[in-house]
Amino acid sequence: MDVTLPTTVDEAVSARADAPDAVLLAGGTDLMVAVNAGWLNPTAVIALRSVAELGQWRVDGDQLVVGAGVTYERMLREGLAASSPGLADAARTVGSPQIRSAGTIGGNLGTASPAGDTLPVLVALGAMVELAGPDGRRSLPMQEFTTGPKRTALAPGEMITAVRVPVASGPQQYRKVGVRNAMVIAVASVAVVLDGDRRSVGVGLGSVGPVPLAAPEAAVFAADAVDWSAGGPVLHEVDAAVRFGELVAAASSPIDDHRSSAAYRRLAIGVLAERCLRTACAPAVGEDAA
Amino acid sequence: MTSPYVLTVNGTDRTVEDAWLGESLLYVLRERLGLPGSKAGCEQGECGSCSVELDGELVCSCLVLSASAVGTRIVTVEGLQPERGEFTDVQQAFVDEGAVKCGFCTPGLIMAVHDLLDRRPEPSDLEVREAISGNLCRCTGYGRVFAAVEAAVAIRRAGSGVEATT
Amino acid sequence: MTTVETGRVTTGAPPSGAVGASARRPDGGPKVRGEFSFSGDLWSDGMVWGATLRSPHASARIRAIDVSAALAIPGVITVVTADDVPGSKFYGLEHRDQPVFAWELVRYAGEPVAAVAADHPETARRALAAIEVDYELTEPVLDPEVALAGEPLHPDGNVFRELWVRKGDPDVRGEFVVEGTYELGMQDQAFMGPEAGLASPADDGGIDLVVSTQWLHNDRDQIAECLALAPEKVRLTLGGVGGAFGAREDVSLQIHASLLASVTGRPVKMVYSREESFLGHVHRHPGRLWMRHSADRDGKIVSYEARIVLDGGAYRSSSYHVVANAACFSAGPYNTPNAVVVGFGVRTNNPPCGAMRGFGAVQVCFAHEAQMDRLADAIGMDRIELRILNAMAPGDTLLTGQIITGALPVADVIRATAALPMPPAASSDPMARPGGAGRTTDATDVVRATGFAVGFKNLMYAEGYDDDSHAACRIEGGVVTITCAAAEVGQGFVTLCQQFGREILGVDDVVVAPADTSIGSAGSTSASRQTMMSGGAVEKACRLVRAQIVEQVAASSGADPDHLAFAEGRVVSVEGPVAVAVDLAELTAEHPYEAMARHQHRTTYPLDADGQGDAHVSMACAAHRAVVDVDPELGLVRVVQLATAQDVGKVLNPTAALGQIEGGIAQGVGLATMEEIILVDGKPRNPSFTDYLIPTALDMPEVAVEWIEVPEPDAPFGAKGIGEPPVISSTPAVVAAIRAATGRPLVRVPVRPTDIVGLTS
Repeated sequence: MDVTLPTTVDEAVSARADAPDAVLLAGGTDLMVAVNAGWLNPTAVIALRSVAELGQWRVDGDQLVVGAGVTYERMLREGLAASSPGLADAARTVGSPQIRSAGTIGGNLGTASPAGDTLPVLVALGAMVELAGPDGRRSLPMQEFTTGPKRTALAPGEMITAVRVPVASGPQQYRKVGVRNAMVIAVASVAVVLDGDRRSVGVGLGSVGPVPLAAPEAAVFAADAVDWSAGGPVLHEVDAAVRFGELVAAASSPIDDHRSSAAYRRLAIGVLAERCLRTACAPAVGEDAA
Repeated sequence: MTSPYVLTVNGTDRTVEDAWLGESLLYVLRERLGLPGSKAGCEQGECGSCSVELDGELVCSCLVLSASAVGTRIVTVEGLQPERGEFTDVQQAFVDEGAVKCGFCTPGLIMAVHDLLDRRPEPSDLEVREAISGNLCRCTGYGRVFAAVEAAVAIRRAGSGVEATT
Repeated sequence: MTTVETGRVTTGAPPSGAVGASARRPDGGPKVRGEFSFSGDLWSDGMVWGATLRSPHASARIRAIDVSAALAIPGVITVVTADDVPGSKFYGLEHRDQPVFAWELVRYAGEPVAAVAADHPETARRALAAIEVDYELTEPVLDPEVALAGEPLHPDGNVFRELWVRKGDPDVRGEFVVEGTYELGMQDQAFMGPEAGLASPADDGGIDLVVSTQWLHNDRDQIAECLALAPEKVRLTLGGVGGAFGAREDVSLQIHASLLASVTGRPVKMVYSREESFLGHVHRHPGRLWMRHSADRDGKIVSYEARIVLDGGAYRSSSYHVVANAACFSAGPYNTPNAVVVGFGVRTNNPPCGAMRGFGAVQVCFAHEAQMDRLADAIGMDRIELRILNAMAPGDTLLTGQIITGALPVADVIRATAALPMPPAASSDPMARPGGAGRTTDATDVVRATGFAVGFKNLMYAEGYDDDSHAACRIEGGVVTITCAAAEVGQGFVTLCQQFGREILGVDDVVVAPADTSIGSAGSTSASRQTMMSGGAVEKACRLVRAQIVEQVAASSGADPDHLAFAEGRVVSVEGPVAVAVDLAELTAEHPYEAMARHQHRTTYPLDADGQGDAHVSMACAAHRAVVDVDPELGLVRVVQLATAQDVGKVLNPTAALGQIEGGIAQGVGLATMEEIILVDGKPRNPSFTDYLIPTALDMPEVAVEWIEVPEPDAPFGAKGIGEPPVISSTPAVVAAIRAATGRPLVRVPVRPTDIVGLTS
C-alpha cells in the first residue's frame, strides 16, 4: 500500500512498525511543502485523518485533552475555545483559513518549529504531550518534548496522540509579531496564562530560541505581583508589567535571520509580554479597557 | 507509481492511475483529471489560488497529498453548482463589480468567498478581510473584491427564500 | 470630475458597455468559473515537461558540465546546454548581452545553465539534480559602487548607462538647503501566475509557442535569433497571463522551451515554481540616491542636485531606460530652474533588474518626496503648500528642457487629494490595528499620522524609440472583431477594445480575437502605453470601418454622411431630410467591412550630452495622502487609508480604472512596508511567498479616489495610461506618515519594524 489509512491508534502504530520508512501525514500543511519543493520524496505514507481518537477533544475533570488531529479551525470553535482561549488565540494567528482547516495541533508539535504558534501556549500551560508507540503509551512534559529546532523526543515508531492542558481558570493571551498583518510566520510570540485556581502564571515564548521557551523567573515574578484575591487577577502597579516584560526578554535567546534580528526579537518579546500581562489584568491597571 | 486510487471530485468518482505518490491534489486535479481551474501559485499554501473544498472545509489543494484524499468529497471551482443562470451569486458579483483582473487568484477567491458566505451570510468588513487573507491577489488591491463580497451578500439577502427566475 | 469615495462609484453612467461605462470584462465569466486557460493550464498530446538548471552561485567559472547521469534517468528525453543553441547564444530585451545558457561564467545566482525535457515534472527535477556542473567559485561583486570602479564583469563593461542632466546655472543656491541619502530594496513584481508556456514543433521546422508575456513580437525575434529561424517561422500566441507588472517584458522560458521542443520534436510545457519565478525574472532596481535641494524664503525651488545609483544586476535588460526615467523625473513634478543630476545603471553579480511598474520613477519619487518634506520643514512652510507653489503645469519645462505641451494638472491633483475625506476613527477590533491578526497591539499603543506625496512619470516610450501598434477591425453580420497583438495581462485592454468598438460602431457584440504574431506588433504592455498606443490603433481601425460604412450608406440612401449616426446596431440619420435606418447585421451579412490601422505617437528625440532634449511624449501625475496607524514600540504599521487624485485624461471605465488604482496602491504599500528580496552573497534568501511578503486583504487600506479629467491631446478619447502613477507616490506617502508618527528619518524602504524601533544597524 502506498497510503495507509488506519482508523485506530494501535493500527497506526503497527502500520509504522510494518513500514519504518513511512511518513506520518496529519494536515499536510508542513509535510506537503517539503514534498512539493522536492525536499522529501515519500515512498509510503500513513495518513492519520481517519484515526477517530486523534480527532476528538474532551474535558477530563479540570484537564482538557485535545487529540493530535484537532485542527486549528476547531480550536477556534466555541467549546474548545472556551476551555482554552490561549490555544484559540494562537490558532487564529496560524496562516489563513485554508491552513487552519487542515493543520493540526499534533502536526504543529511534530514539526516542532520554534515558530509553531500553539507551542508557546502549550509551554505556558505546562502541557503534557501524550504519545503512543511500539512500547505502549507515555506522556512527556511539553518542554521535554521539543529538543531542538524541528527536533523532538519522539522515539522511533512513536506518534503524538494528544495534548493535555489545564482547563482555563483565568485570562490567557497569545500575541505574535510578524511583518504583515496576516498570514505570517512569527518573528516573536508570547503566551501568558493566568491560572486563578492555582494562583500561578505560565509563560511561553516562540521564535526567540531553538525551541519554545518558558520564562520561569518572569512567571514567578508575575504570580507574586498579581493580586489574586479580587474577582479576577489585578495588577496594582503598572511597573510590574514592565518588569515582567524585562524578565521575559531576559529569558529569550533569539538569533538574527532573514526574518528579523535578535535585538528586535528580544525587544518585541518583552513588549508583547508586558502587554499580555497588562491586558490580562485589565481593567484594574486602568490603561486599556478597549 | 502508486496503485490506482479513486477520488470523488465534484460528485463524480475519478480513477487516478500511474501517479507518483508525492503528487498533490492540485497536481492531480490539473494534470490528470482535466480540472485546471485550481491554480498553482506557490505550492506552499501561501497564495490560496488552489483552494478547494474537502469534506466541506476550505483547504489548499497543493497541501493535500492526493492519494490520501481517497474517500473525501472534493469540490473544485468547476464543481460549484450555479444556483441560477450561468454563474453562482458570488461568481456573478465578481464579474459585475470588477473583482477580476488577471484572474489567476480568482478561482481560489471564489471558493473562499463561497466558504465564507455559507458560514457567515452577513460578514463584517474585518471578517471578510480575515476570511480572504489567505488568498493573495496582486492586481486588484482587493478593493473590488470587497465590493463583490458586498454585492454577493446583497444578492443572497434579496434571494433568500425566493426562487429566482433567471 | 467624478468622485469615488472608498470605492463607491457615484457617476451617472453612460450607455452600458461603451466608453465611460463600467463595462464588464469579456474574460470575466470564464475566469470566475475556472475555465479561462492560463498558459500553465495548457496541455497537448505527447507533451513533455521542461525544467531549467540554474546556478546556485552569484559568480563562478564553469569548468565542466556533465549531463550523462541525467540522460541515463528513465523518462529523461534530452538535456540541452549552451552547446545546443543553434543560433545566437545571447538574448536580451534591448541589448543581447545575456547568455541563453551560461557556459564559461555565471554572473548571478539563478542564471540558467542547462534545461531538460522529461516525461513528468518529478523526473525533470531529478534530472536537474543529476546534472554535474563543476563550478570554480569567484568573488561576486555585489556593491554597485565597487562595480562602477572595478574590473568589468562582462565584455560590455559594468556601466549600463551614465546619464547627466544639466539645466540652468549649476552654481546658484537658495537660502534653505536640505540634503539626504535614500535607499530602496529590491522589489519583485510577484505576479500570481508563474511563468509558463507550451512550445510545439511545427511541420515547417518552426515553433508554435503559447506563452505568458508582455510583448509577443519582441519575444519572437529573440527566439528566432537564438534558434536560427526566420522570424515568421516562430509563431507566438498569448496564453492567459496571470499578471505581469514588468516582469514578463524580458524573456524567461521562451527560448528554453522552444529549443527543447525543437530538439525533442515534441510539445514541451514549462511552468516555473514560485521559487524559480523569483529567480527567473527581473526585479525592480534597488537604488541609492543622494539629493540636495535649495529654495528661497518663499519656498520656490532654486537648485537641485542628485546622484542616483541603480543596481542593474548581471545583465542589462531595460536598465538603460530605467536610468533615463530615474534621472529625467528625479526632481518630481516641480519647477526646478537649476539642476545637475547624474544617474548610473550598474552591472553587478546581483540578480538582473529591469522593468517594474513605475520604471525608475518609483525610486526617485521616494527620495524627492522626502526632500520636499524636509525643505518645507526647513523653511517652516506647510508641506502641501510648498508642493503647490512649485507644481509644474503645461508650458513649464522638465529637467530635460522639454516644454510640457500635454495635460499635467499637478496642482489640481494635490488640492483634490488633500480635500478627500479622512478615514473614520480607529476600529475597536484589535485585528484592525497594527499587527493585525497577531493582535499585538492595544488601542493605547497606537499613534495615527498622515503623510503626503506627489509623483509623475512619462507615458509610452521615449528618447527616439518611437514604437507603434497595429490593430484590425472587421464587422460581419453585425459582429465586430478586433484583432491586436497587445498583451492582456489583467489590466483590461480587452474590455477597452470592446468599449471602443461599441462606441464607434454602435453594436453590442464586439469580439476580441486572440493576440498573436499573425498581425503587426502592438509593442509591449508596459510604460502605461497600451491604452494610448494600441487603444489608438483600435480606435483608428474602428473609425476606418465606420467611414467605409458611412460612405456606403450615404451613397445608397442619399443621406448626408454628417447626418448619420451608429447606435443600437443600426446606422440612422439623426437630422436632414433623408430617413435612414440600416441594420448593421443585414448590411454586413454578405459583405464584411474591415480595416487595419497603425498608430504611432509623436516623434521623440535622444537626450544630448547634458541630458537635454524632447525625449518624452506624455506625462501623468498623481498625489497620495496616507493615513497610518503605527505601534511605535513594536515598529508595526497598519495603513488605514490612501487618498489619491490622479491625472487620467479621461476615465474610460470607472470600475476598471479604480481597480488599476487600488492594485497599484497595494504594490506601493507593499514596497513601503514589507516587500524586499533579501540577498545574501547575491543569492535571494526569500524566494517564496512564505518570506517574500506581499499585502494581504488585512494589509490593504481603504482607498479614496478622485479622477482629474483633463483630456490629453492626440490620445484616444483624451485618455491617459493610468497603471503606473498609483504605485509611484503611494510609497513615499506611507513612509512620510510613518515618519510623522515616529519622528524617525526612515530613509530606506521597505520600512522594517527594526527601523521604526531604532534597532537598525
